[in-house]
Amino acid sequence: MSRSVLLKTFGVLIVGALIFLPLTLNRYGIYIMSLWAIMTIAAMGLNLTLGYAGQVSLAQGAFVGLGAYTVAIMMSAGFGFWLPLLIAIVITFAVGWLLGYPALRVQHHYLAFVTLAFSTLVFLVFRNEEWLTKGIYGIMGFKRPSAFGVSFQKPIEFYYFTLGALALASAFMAWLVRSPWGRAFVALRENPVRALSLGVDTRRYTLMAFAIGSAMGGFSGALYAPLVEFVDPTPFTLALSLNLLMMVIVGGSGFFFGPFLGAAIGVLLPEWLRFAHGWYLTIYALFVMILLIKTPTGILGIIENMIAARKTRAASAARAAASAGLDKV
Amino acid sequence: MMNFINLILSGLATGAIYALVAIGFTLLWQTSQTINFAQGEFVMVPAFFVLAALNLGMPLPIALLVGLALSMLVLGVLFKNLLVDPMLRHGVLPLAICTMALSIFLKETVKEVYSAEASPFPSFLPEGNLIVFGATISIQSVSIFVFAICAVLALQAFLARTSTGRQMQATAQNPYVAKLLGVPVKRMIMYTFLINAALVALASFLISPVYLAKFSAGETLGLAAFIAAIVGGFNQIRGAIVGGLLLGIVDNLAAAYISTQYRGAVPLFLLIAVILFRPQGLMGRAEERTV
Amino acid sequence: MKLFAATLLVSAAFVAPALAQTNAPIKIINVGELSGPGATVGTNFKNSADLAVAEINAKGGILGRKIEIVHFDTQTNPGVARALVQKAIDENPYAIMGPGYSGSVKVSAPLAAQAGIAQVMGGEAAELTQLGFNTLFRTSFGQQSSMPKIAKYIAENLKAKNVAVIWVNNDFGKGGRDMVTKELTARGVKVTADISTEAGQADFAADVVKAKSGNPDAIFIYLNEEESARALRELKRQGVTVPLVGETTLIGQKVIELAGDAANGARGHIGLTVDAPNDNLKAYGKKFQEKYNYIPDHNGIKGYLGVYMIKAATEKMGKVDQKGLPDALKGLTILAAKEPGILMDLTIDKNGDLDRDSFLAFVENGKQVVKETLPKMSK
Repeated sequence: MSRSVLLKTFGVLIVGALIFLPLTLNRYGIYIMSLWAIMTIAAMGLNLTLGYAGQVSLAQGAFVGLGAYTVAIMMSAGFGFWLPLLIAIVITFAVGWLLGYPALRVQHHYLAFVTLAFSTLVFLVFRNEEWLTKGIYGIMGFKRPSAFGVSFQKPIEFYYFTLGALALASAFMAWLVRSPWGRAFVALRENPVRALSLGVDTRRYTLMAFAIGSAMGGFSGALYAPLVEFVDPTPFTLALSLNLLMMVIVGGSGFFFGPFLGAAIGVLLPEWLRFAHGWYLTIYALFVMILLIKTPTGILGIIENMIAARKTRAASAARAAASAGLDKV
Repeated sequence: MMNFINLILSGLATGAIYALVAIGFTLLWQTSQTINFAQGEFVMVPAFFVLAALNLGMPLPIALLVGLALSMLVLGVLFKNLLVDPMLRHGVLPLAICTMALSIFLKETVKEVYSAEASPFPSFLPEGNLIVFGATISIQSVSIFVFAICAVLALQAFLARTSTGRQMQATAQNPYVAKLLGVPVKRMIMYTFLINAALVALASFLISPVYLAKFSAGETLGLAAFIAAIVGGFNQIRGAIVGGLLLGIVDNLAAAYISTQYRGAVPLFLLIAVILFRPQGLMGRAEERTV
Repeated sequence: MKLFAATLLVSAAFVAPALAQTNAPIKIINVGELSGPGATVGTNFKNSADLAVAEINAKGGILGRKIEIVHFDTQTNPGVARALVQKAIDENPYAIMGPGYSGSVKVSAPLAAQAGIAQVMGGEAAELTQLGFNTLFRTSFGQQSSMPKIAKYIAENLKAKNVAVIWVNNDFGKGGRDMVTKELTARGVKVTADISTEAGQADFAADVVKAKSGNPDAIFIYLNEEESARALRELKRQGVTVPLVGETTLIGQKVIELAGDAANGARGHIGLTVDAPNDNLKAYGKKFQEKYNYIPDHNGIKGYLGVYMIKAATEKMGKVDQKGLPDALKGLTILAAKEPGILMDLTIDKNGDLDRDSFLAFVENGKQVVKETLPKMSK
């Protein structure tokens, strides 16, 4: 069977599982899968910034928070879901642009510190500005969305809603990566100086990548709010940004499906490691370190290396066989 | 006025700690392009080595030496050989991310192995207070300041006056040329890691009596160290001192005179301002871009 | 003969499942903060709950059935807490314990209420029992019960006109600060300085300077134990002599140990303390220290008596009835003489709040000394 047929079958199986598996799960399982879908969207945004454009952002968690709070605040003020969702995406894009504009003047490792600072600042604003965000007490009481008469209130219904959102986000990403913009991003990552010499406006493209990545974080946050039905500052700390970073790295930064795999590991790992009680974070951290030492390109990177190694071996063998034939002449 | 002096003095004491931690951070970056996001946890861990030694019945001075030795072994040698060397060939960014994972690893391991509670830590400094410029300051704070400054001066002297120190500087500036000139580059880099481990151990022993030994003690310290290093100047050791002291004072003054709710934000604003307007830091030299 | 054997077999078939039922363990699921910023809170709660379960099982369990307790880690994240409470409900436990953080409680309480499963938790925010979830039960005073007593003491006993308030900026500290500010203002006392601090903060110089600046007659301190110790030291160092008033987290044994003689003179309202003139509490403290090697904090006490609350209510019902447990808990009075595990006589009201004696205590010469017992509201 050719490789592409194999891949396509595999793809169909996965999509089928995503659609039909939740019907067999209890409410907790469905909640976890919805959470996975939402985290994947945020991780995809970070993957764009980090994996494709080569910039370190430690603020993705803050953008998720911005999206969640926008939706929660507006819905509590009486709006539906759809307008707040749009506003959340616009706001996070704008903030990403404004934050990135000055920060990208400096070398790439400085962006990490600026986003680190921003992350902590945003948390403080969420917590202290009680008049807007209800501070530490959090916002409750907004409902899950509905559209065209279909309500997404029940767990399984909301799951399909998030799955649809994920499909949308993936389609967008796929289009973006294949577009000329996407190619420019990759050029930036591989060799910024060369890209510059070829006339690519590195700063503008990097900024776009960062802003779009942040907007995807905002989109993910806008979905997070109706999932949990409660928004408070505590989840949106630096820890979330680090978590998302781990997800992208472990899955494989720069690979399209890296975030999917990374988010699955990040969300499901506490489950799988439940037997280890308090040690699961230690085990996860150890796993990440060992993985990174083996290859910085994550699990998909390892798989790609394995496939490349096999191909090389096959090619060398073929070459050896062919040249052996030549010698005989 | 008394209050103002109080704030400055305690700011200097806290700032001296930030400086100690920031120096090691800067050293690692300079010599081996290592951005150590686990630096805060590096300050947290030695205290637990000492507590373990004390639990085994050793007297305090011995326990402190054991703690120092273990720090240099684990946070110096093991860190370099097991983590930094394999990761460096992948690049600066993967190594930085690896140290993020390391910080989680250290934190959770201490929490599980030892305790989630804060443990009291014995002080090798005398208790009591002094009157300085009319304000009461604890002997502990003064000692912390003095120790930190002495450590920094000793380090400066070592780097500038001794042959090994100069070789280390050469390695930091240009490892390739240093190697060509016969400097044992690998050994010099190992020395930096050992010095960092010693500095964080010293910082740990100085602050743990006040901060208490807790698995989460590294979080705020790590962030403060990064900010101090960058504000002061990432490529100058003097910068780390200035950055640390400035940070300690600014933090205290902001909390007292502006707002305690946003006290965490002021160092961050300082950081952003420095990065935007003087990226090389207050005392740093502008870094050349290598093509 | 055959008929006899058949009858025996058939009856055995009926009895066997019933026997299996009566021997099946009672499942309690504790959803708590075992990692993240709340790790200390959740771990203390968990350890004490384990201690209580071990004690009860050693004496034969509840109505002859052993308790099996399982712990889930919310990572101090309300989103995770909600997921885990959902997971717990899916496993159909007898009762749920935790969480400790009020935000996590708020997001999980509707789920438990919908499922009709009793939730015995550690949150102290005033609003929790006012939201109408009829399966939610406290294991300590809500801040709406403790803060009025403190405000009364400050206004009437200390006759203070100006007070500085130092509080930790999380849901525990903010809730207390909001409540005490309300109560003080209602009694004509002015809050001259409102100082928020961070959890884990080590340097209190600026906060003490700010507190002094308004010339207060008293300072109310509402921090976690470690930070209380550091604040007390700083207050002493800067020569502050006005009365320092607080709660369990200011004058508990742990704080006294960490603060040394900086703690002398501090005073406060305590609902629960291992130093109260109460043998049960002292015994609990000793048992905990033997097993875990450290002094439990107030969250530990909550976890311990939470399990005993469930035991007492079940014994009152006379049967292990999950659906009946919430109603059995409401209005229940548990006497310490009959059930020492409850530590002090306790009444649970219909909202899930606790009514119990509390104490006014001072720290003198490195020890906590109870000056006054403040009786239950319903006495």
